[in-house]
Amino acid sequence: MVSVRGLNKWFGPLHVLKDIDLTVAAGEVVVVVGPSGSGKSTLCRCLNRLETAGQGSVEIDGEPLPAEGRALARLRADVGMVFQSFNLFGHKTVLDNITLGPTRVRRIPRPEARQQAMALLERVGIADKADHHPAQLSGGQQQRAAIARALAMQPKVLLFDEPTSALDPEMVNEVLDVMVSLAAEGMTMIVVTHEMGFARRAADRVVFMDDGRIVESGAPDDFFAAPRTERARDFLSKILQH
Amino acid sequence: MEALTSHLSELGHGLVTTVELTVVTTVGAMLLGIVVATLRIAPVPLLRAIGTAYVEVFQNLPLLALLVLFVFALPTIGITFPLFTSAAIVIAVYEGAYLAEAIRAGINTVGVGQAEAARAIGLTFGQSLRHVILPQGLRAVIQPIGNICIALLMNTSLAAAVGVVELTQAANTVNLVEAQPIAVFTGAGLAYMLLALIIGQVTGLLERRLAIVR
Repeated sequence: MVSVRGLNKWFGPLHVLKDIDLTVAAGEVVVVVGPSGSGKSTLCRCLNRLETAGQGSVEIDGEPLPAEGRALARLRADVGMVFQSFNLFGHKTVLDNITLGPTRVRRIPRPEARQQAMALLERVGIADKADHHPAQLSGGQQQRAAIARALAMQPKVLLFDEPTSALDPEMVNEVLDVMVSLAAEGMTMIVVTHEMGFARRAADRVVFMDDGRIVESGAPDDFFAAPRTERARDFLSKILQH
Repeated sequence: MEALTSHLSELGHGLVTTVELTVVTTVGAMLLGIVVATLRIAPVPLLRAIGTAYVEVFQNLPLLALLVLFVFALPTIGITFPLFTSAAIVIAVYEGAYLAEAIRAGINTVGVGQAEAARAIGLTFGQSLRHVILPQGLRAVIQPIGNICIALLMNTSLAAAVGVVELTQAANTVNLVEAQPIAVFTGAGLAYMLLALIIGQVTGLLERRLAIVR
C-alpha cells in the first residue's frame, strides 16, 4: 500500500532522513518509534508530501506521489493524516470540519456527507459535540474529531504524527482506544508515537529510527523483548524503566 | 445655518455621490485586496513578485497624483472614462494595496497547521484559501479593514480635484455662493463623521458576530 525507496531528506545542511526503505502492506499497522529528532515525524510528513523529499520515491497504492497541483491534492485525499496539534479548523463546527473534505473534494451531496459525519462522530464517541467549535472541546475530544475528519475521506492509509503527545495523560487512552479499534478493523496505519503500550497492543510491526535511519524493524513482541541493536536496547531501557 | 438649509438639494446630491463612491470603491478594493494578498502568499515566485510590486507601487504614490494622472494623462493616449468611474477605479486600486497588506497580516495569523490540515484532506491551494485560510484570516483583521474603509471614505473627497461633485465639492460650490465656510464645511464635516461612525459600528458588529470561539 505504501512503498518508500531510498528516501533522503535534508533541512539545509542537516541530513534528517538517510536512505529510508519502508514497505507497508494493506491492512498493516506500523508503529514508528525512536528518540526526538530521529526523523520519524519528517518521514511521516514525506508520505503525503507535506515535506518534499530530497531524493528517493514514495508510492501510495502503486502510484508515485505527484509533485504538486491537483494530482497531489487527489492523492492526499486518499491519505488521511492526524496531527499532534489536531489542527481542526477553528472557525467551523466539528461537523463542518468533517464534511468539508467530502463535500469539496469528493463532491458528496451535503445531506449525505452530514449523515456520514454523524456516523463517524458516533463511532469516535463525540456525536453530542457535532455543533460545537473545536475550542469548546477537550484535547482528547478534538483529536477524536480530527480522526473522524481523516476517516470521512475514506482514506486508503492513515498517518498519525504523534497523535497523543499534546494530550493530558488522562485523555490519551480515549484516543488510543479509537486507534486500536481502527487497527482491528483492518485500516492501514502508520503511527509515529511514544506510546509503547499502543505499539504492543495494535502494531503488526515496530520500526525503530535513530539519526535519520531505520535501525531496526520487527514484530512488537520481538522488538520489546529482545531488541537486536544496541541503540534500540538503550532507547527502550530509557523509556521503559518507569 | 441657512447657508446649509437653502442648499440641501446640492449638498444632498453630493452626499449621495460620496456614499456611492465609497460603497463601489470599498467593494472593488476588497476584491483587489484579497486577490493581491493571495498573490503575495502564492507558491509561485512570479505571482508573489507581481503582488509585491502592486503593493509597493500603489502604497508609495500619493492618491491625488494617481487621480490626476489617470484623469488627465490617459485621455492623451485615447482612453477616457466618465469622471465618477475614473475616480472609483483609482481609489479602489489605491486602497486595494492597503487592504491587501491588512489581509496578508490576517492570513499570517492563521497557523501553518491549518493549511497543512487543509492540504492533507485533499483541498487544492485555492480551496484551502477559500474555505480555511481566508475565513479565519479576515476575521482576525476586521478592525484594521474597518479603519482602512474609513480612510477610504475620507479619501473620496480627493475626487473633487478631478471634477467629481461629491460632498466636499458640493460644499465648496455652496460656499462660493454663500461665503459661509464655517457653517458649510462644519455641516459637511458632520456628515463625514456620521458616515465614519456608521462604518465603525458595522465593523464592531461584524467583529462580534463573526468572532471565532477560542
